[in-house]
Formats: sequence, C-alpha cells, structure tokens
Amino acid sequence: MRNEVERPVDRHVVALQVNGERTELLLPVHKTLLEVLREDMHLTGTKHGCELGECGTCTVLVDGKPELSCLVLPIQIEGRAITTVEGLASGSELHPLQQAFAELGAAQCGYCTPGILLASKSLLESNGRPSRDEIREALAGNLCRCTGYAKILDAVQLASERMASPLPRRGEG
Amino acid sequence: MSFSIIGKPLPKVDAVARVTGQAIYADDMLPPRTLHCRILRSPHPHARILSIDTSAARRIPGVVAVITGADLPIKFGILPVTQDERALEHEKVRYVGDPIAAVAATDEEIAASACDAIAVEYEVLDPVMSIDAALATPKDERIQDYGGPNNIHKLVALEFGDVEGGFARADHVREDVFFFQGNTHLPMEQHSAIATYVDGKVTLWSSTQVVHYVHRALAKVLELPMNRIRVVGAAHGGGFGGKTDPFAHEIVVAKLAMMTGRPVKCTLTREEVFYAHRGRHPVLMWVRTGVTKDGRITAMHFKSALDGGAYGSYGVASTFYTGALQTVTYDIPAYRFEGCRVFTNKPPCGPKRGHGTPQPRFAIELHLEKIAHDLGLDPVDMKRRNFVKPMTRTVNWMRVTSCGLEECTARVMDASGFRTRKRRPGRGMGFAISSYLSGAGTAIYWNDMPHSEVQIKVDRGGVTAFCGAMDIGQGSDSVLAAIVAEELGLQPKDIRLVTADTDTTPIDLGSYSSRVTFMAGNAALEAARKMRALLVEAAAAKMGRPADSVRVGGGRFGDFSFEEASVLAEARFGTLTSAGSYTPPKIAGPYKGSGVGPSPAYSYSACVVDLDADQRTGLLHINKVWIAHDVGRAINPLLVEGQVEGSVYMGLGEALMEEQTFRKGLHKWPSMLEYKSPTFLDMPEIETFLVETNDPEGPYGAKEAGQGPLLPVIPAVSAAVFDALGVWIDEVPVTPEKIVEALRRQGKGEPPRYGPSRFPDIPYPKCIRVEPPPKELDLAAPAAI
Repeated sequence: MRNEVERPVDRHVVALQVNGERTELLLPVHKTLLEVLREDMHLTGTKHGCELGECGTCTVLVDGKPELSCLVLPIQIEGRAITTVEGLASGSELHPLQQAFAELGAAQCGYCTPGILLASKSLLESNGRPSRDEIREALAGNLCRCTGYAKILDAVQLASERMASPLPRRGEG
Repeated sequence: MSFSIIGKPLPKVDAVARVTGQAIYADDMLPPRTLHCRILRSPHPHARILSIDTSAARRIPGVVAVITGADLPIKFGILPVTQDERALEHEKVRYVGDPIAAVAATDEEIAASACDAIAVEYEVLDPVMSIDAALATPKDERIQDYGGPNNIHKLVALEFGDVEGGFARADHVREDVFFFQGNTHLPMEQHSAIATYVDGKVTLWSSTQVVHYVHRALAKVLELPMNRIRVVGAAHGGGFGGKTDPFAHEIVVAKLAMMTGRPVKCTLTREEVFYAHRGRHPVLMWVRTGVTKDGRITAMHFKSALDGGAYGSYGVASTFYTGALQTVTYDIPAYRFEGCRVFTNKPPCGPKRGHGTPQPRFAIELHLEKIAHDLGLDPVDMKRRNFVKPMTRTVNWMRVTSCGLEECTARVMDASGFRTRKRRPGRGMGFAISSYLSGAGTAIYWNDMPHSEVQIKVDRGGVTAFCGAMDIGQGSDSVLAAIVAEELGLQPKDIRLVTADTDTTPIDLGSYSSRVTFMAGNAALEAARKMRALLVEAAAAKMGRPADSVRVGGGRFGDFSFEEASVLAEARFGTLTSAGSYTPPKIAGPYKGSGVGPSPAYSYSACVVDLDADQRTGLLHINKVWIAHDVGRAINPLLVEGQVEGSVYMGLGEALMEEQTFRKGLHKWPSMLEYKSPTFLDMPEIETFLVETNDPEGPYGAKEAGQGPLLPVIPAVSAAVFDALGVWIDEVPVTPEKIVEALRRQGKGEPPRYGPSRFPDIPYPKCIRVEPPPKELDLAAPAAI
C-alpha cells in the first residue's frame, strides 16, 4: 500500500466566501476544499467518509448547489458562496431541517448528517414539497449507515411541510 | 406504573450538537503543534520481514519520528487468550494491510511520503486464502504459532442431551449446507485517534466503542500503569462492532506522542478501514435436524467453519456464538455443536452487529423452511410450534426470561397479510425470527466486578451523571439521561452527562453486545434512586412529614423545587453523590465455553420481507419489510425505532449486496463506490412494531434493540426468493447471479438451489457432553446457578 503523494509545489492566495464571511488563505493549489474547510478554517462540521467523491458525506453548497468538497479545489470556486453546516442555523435558531432532524431522530451518529442536511436544503429550495421518491432521488448520493434512511425521509418531509406552511414552527424539544 | 419520561419519543440529548456540526469527532481535533501520523502497511498477505530501513524516511524534512515494531514489541489483543497482535509487526506480516512502521510528521503528506521511503525487505510466503487451504498442510508455514493442527485457530465440540436418541425418534431428518460470505461494518467515520503526552500522562481521544479495553491495551503495550493513561471516547461516527478492538493506530499515536512530546493524530483512510475490518466472518455451516411428522424438533447437530482472517480478535467468542443462540428461539431438546475457526491471510474478522449469530440464524431459518417444505407443513406454523417459552432454560443452559416471539410473529403476520398473500410467480414473501443478547453475561476478562457503574452528582440544582458507557450514535447517553431524569422528576435536558472517559467516569465495559441500555441503564437506575431518596429525606424533614408523602415529579420534591430540595439535602448530608452498579447474574452453565451466549435477557424479533424477483435477470426489488421487535420496554421509542430500522437496513445490505472478498490477498473493492451498500434508492418502506414484554431484570423492563432486528431480515429475504421463484439461495449475499444460476439448474431439472455442496472434514475433538439443566426456570433462585 504505497502512498503515492507528490510534494506540493504551487501555493496561491485564495479568497473564499464561506457562510457569508470572506477569508483569504495561502493554499497549496492541490489542497481540496474539504481539507481547507476543516484544517485551515477549522470548520470541522464538514465531515469526510472517503475523500474520493463516493459517499456524499463532505457535501457543501456552492451557490446553493450541492458539491462534494473532497473533489473541489478552492481555486475553482473563488468568489462563489459556500455554505457549510455551520452556516445553516440563524444564530442559535436551528434551520427547519436541523430542527426536524433533531426531533425525529434522523441523526444517529450524526456523521453523515451535515452533508445530508445541505443536500436536503438544496432540494427544498428547488422543490418545496418533494415526494418521498423525489427525496430519495436527491439524496441517493449520500450514504448513511445508521438510520436505514427512514427517519431522514420523515425529517425532510416534515421540514418541507413546515417551511411551506405559514403556521408557526414547533419550539425546540 | 406511569412514567413521565420513559416511553416518550424524545429527541436525543445531543441532537442539536449532531445537526449543527458542533459534535467533536476524533478527527475534528487539531490541537496546536499536532503531528500527523501515517502507517506503513504490508503489501503482501503473508511474508517474513527480513529488514526494515527507515533511514531515508527519517531524512525527509518535516519528519519528526519514525517507529517500527522494535519500539512496540509487546503483543496485545482483545481476548486474554489471543494476545497475538502487535501495533507494528517487525517479524512477520499476515495480511495485506498489517502495520509495519509509523511516521509522525508536520503534515500528513510528508508522513505519507516518509512511509513510501521506508525500505522493507520481505521473504514472501505462500498465502492461505480459504477455509479448505487453512485445514490443509501449509506449503510454507502456519500463519500463527498457536492453535492447530495446520491453520486451525479454535475447535469447539459440545453436546447437550441425548442427540443420537433425538435423531432416532425423529420421523424425518434433513441435512443442509449453507455459506454466509463475510462483510464489513463500513462506518461513515474512518477510525481516528489523537494522543497527547503531558505531565507524564498519556491522553488518547479515539473513535473507539470501548474505552476500557483500549485503556487496557495501551497500558500493556506502552508498559505504563493504567493511572498514567486516560482514554476518552470522542463523538462517535458509527461502529457496528468495527471499533470494538483496540487498534494499532491507537497504540502508535500514544507511543509517538510520548516520544515527541507533541499531540499526534492518525486517521485511517477509507482503504485502511476496509483492511482494519474485524467484520462479519465468512462462515460455512452444516446443519442436521430431526423432527417429528408434525414438525417438532427432536435433535439438532450444527457445525460451523469460520474464516477468521489473520488474527484472533474476538474470534474465539465468535466461534462459540455460531452455536450458542439456536436454542434461544427454538426448543431443541438435544443439541450438538461443533465449531471451528481457521486463520487465513486476510484482515481479521471480529464482531459485527449480531456477532457470530446472523450466519447460523440464516442457516437454521432456511433449514427449518426446507423441513416444513419436506413435510408439507406451513413453515410459520412449524416454527411457531417449536418456539421457546418464556421463563425456561434451554438445553445448553441459556436462561430465557421474557420472550415476545409469539406476539412479534402475530404482529408481522397480521400487518403483512402473509397468510392471505396472492401467489404469483416472481412475487414472494419470507418470514424469519431471531433473538439476541441484552449484553454478554460474562466479561471479556472474567472477574466478579460490576459490568457498569454510574455516579450521580447533585450540586445546587445541577445534576451530572458519570458513566463509562460510550454513545456510538445509538443514543445511550439519552437513555442514561432519561432514566436519571425519570427518577429525579426532571427532563433529560436537565441532566449533564460525562461519559466514556477512563479518568473521570466509573467503568462501563463499552458499547458492544447490546449491553448499554440494560447494564448502564440498571446502574443509572440504582444511582438515581439513591439520589432521589436523599432528596426526599431532606424535603420530608423540612416539611415535617414522612418521606413517603413527598411527591416527586415535574421538577419538584414535595413543597420544594428540585433546586431547593438539592440545597436542603446538601446542607443535611454534605456533598451529594450517589452510585449504582450492575453485575449480571451468574447464569453461565457448568461447562467450558459456557461464558458465550448467556445474557440477563434476550430480545426477540420477527420479520416479513415482501419482494419481487425477476425470473430473467434475478434482480430483486424489496417492496416492504415488516418487523416486530420485543424490546422489553422502549425507554425511548424514537431511538428504538431508529435502531430497528437501521438493523433492517444493514440486514438488507448483507442479504443483497455486501461482500468483503479478496483476490490474491487484496480486497476486491476497498472503496465505498465498489463495496456496494444500500442507498436511499435501495431501501424499502419499513413498518416497525415494538413489542413490550417488560423483562423482570431490564431497567423498567427494557432489553436490547441495536442488533437483534438485523438477524431475521437475511433469511427472510432468501425465503421470499424461494416463495417467488421456487429456488433456494443457500448463500449470502443473495445476488442476481446466484438466482439466475439456481433458475438455470431448476430449468435443467437439477436441484433448484445455489449454495455450497459440501462441508469439509474438520478434526473436531470428541464432544464434551453436558447434562441439560432443569427446563423450568426457578425464578426464586435465578442467580444461584
């Protein structure tokens, strides 16, 4: 099992717009967005499961669209709006998806949760009341080993109902 | 009995941390000056190491330390009888991925390059890659220097009751051979550990399921007293049994931290996780059962051969488990079990959800289906006729207390419409049942100490519960909080939890064998009741009324708020602490090997799978799964449902697609894309029924939920394939290729079956004959045996 890694040669100053905050970083050009978020910006809410674009765990939003941060180089997305799980809540008020995931037990170990939350957010922005099959299709690239996906489907549906309905949301708990 | 918290579907106490990215997993930690560690691993499945030259690696700028096996020569292993692993191997490698050397460097890429620069000279040995090869004389040499003959690791032979007599009085005797392919846990989080060395003390944060056992292994290999080592469970990204062994990387980072004086972190790559493994054993099984003409079992003889991989891991226990729980679901009056585990040059197998029992469950459920088919009986009726009864003891001395098999079966039968299903080719339903332990009744290191301990501190209205249990996502922290809150009349969010930290929490043996709710739950219950008594006494004294008139609940103790009551009690008694512990009853039978299988209580499950099977392509589409699970009592039904649904999911993955297989010593598909696991699109709707039997020993009557419901799913899939197409797939996973081959055989008039044709000759020793216990359980003296 050889670790075929080349030494970094090139470094660039990259300006990233993450969760509404602009940061300039000096980065080796090959360092992935996933690594930069976690290691340089300490936004460890974004997790990794494979670092090969296979499991969906590291999903973030770039201009509102889900991207696998392990396959994105920061230089590709300079100036575009990046959203990570840390940017979902408004202050201490949870996003309706986070609220529903918490209430319905859709996060067990929680490791795949940030990526699934962001993919779900993107779905609900383009399709406010998705069917269960539409949710399945949208989240098919995100693996979860704990839940059997059942409570995740329930939670995305609940969040979509609450976001679509003018009724006040239930409080925490 | 009415509860205010128990039985309520409450969110997990750490749910917000998990949905906001605030939970800190081991790899999220990056203290200042952290060094990154990578491990050099063997490219050969079997080789002697002739030399290791690390000089070039040491010269690379940024490399701070390089270690090899000579730095960590002491062997360790999870079981006391198989201390056969080294953190780094310097004499011999036994599977591709066996760790050889480790580098700590200022960044991970430098560490990886340095690993590449280490020159290792090998003498390549002939690898042993199958059960048959392991049973034969090795071409070069044995994999391990213990066990035998040849590459046999462990042999077991036990006989309970009059087996030959049982077969003699049977009206029908049938034999079958089954094979269950190995598969792996595939937790979303790769294993990770980070160590520091400060003030002469090692602290390790790890993704482990068992801080206590990692603590033991570190102390042994690092040659430090346990009080100089602290192991803390970081937020956990999924285990399923795969993080239940102490691992090389945990020991390596601790050693490197001691050498460098800096924090050292190692996170395995996904490929390394596949090779770290400790997953489901591939098991070949032979079973022979005698029945009367109405389908009552008269005797069973079960043989297993486990492909263990290169090291012991939990393998001795796994071997016993392949024979232990058959009797816990079916009343088998005479039973013979012969088990064998072999070493092969593959990553070691160990415990995965259901540990050693899904394989035999698959075998006996299908075997009984076939017997019912032979006799022209309805398989459900025939199985039901043999169901074990509550409050009995099995022929191999397992103590069965509460048992909801009948009710579970009734629930899935009614809901699925199994009895009235419309029969048409290509559509089928299958039924199966199972049972699992609520915690192993004996500890890995045999001793008389409690298996779980909880301390509670109350201080000016604040409540903290301390327990060594590790929440691996199943919600064990939430269960502890619910129990303490229930007893103290509070809400779970009022309880602060400190768990899985060997310095600050009393012992709990860890998250394995479905033991935490039952054992830590009972310990928490005892500690909470003691604390409640102190608060009641103080409140009663102040009120000038007898203690039994103080009403507890809704945040109040009699006339006082909880905070006021706690102040009164602290003034009266001083520091408010209480402790509880749980020691399982001594119920193991009087024979060697009896420690595997006994549990203070067994959960029961029943499952119906409905599927469509394509007669041309063999493709399966699962339409729906109905599952009923006897959990004793659901302390939190939301979390129990989550465990049941997750178990069904993982069972379907094993039944349909998951395989850990090798070619020339290399994993065939060590990536998440190629190792197929079910996605959102593959999962059917699941209808879950929770059956509550109120177990006499469980906390509030609770039993396990995390493993048992996986077990019946796999045989139910294969039974449904037979229902749909008339072919038996006697091998897991049940893939389209196998179905097509069985259909081809069916078309040619051959036996309509896909599966192993034979069971090898294994030199099992003479059976140890064990007298069965009295069948009726003497509840008055449950702990006396």
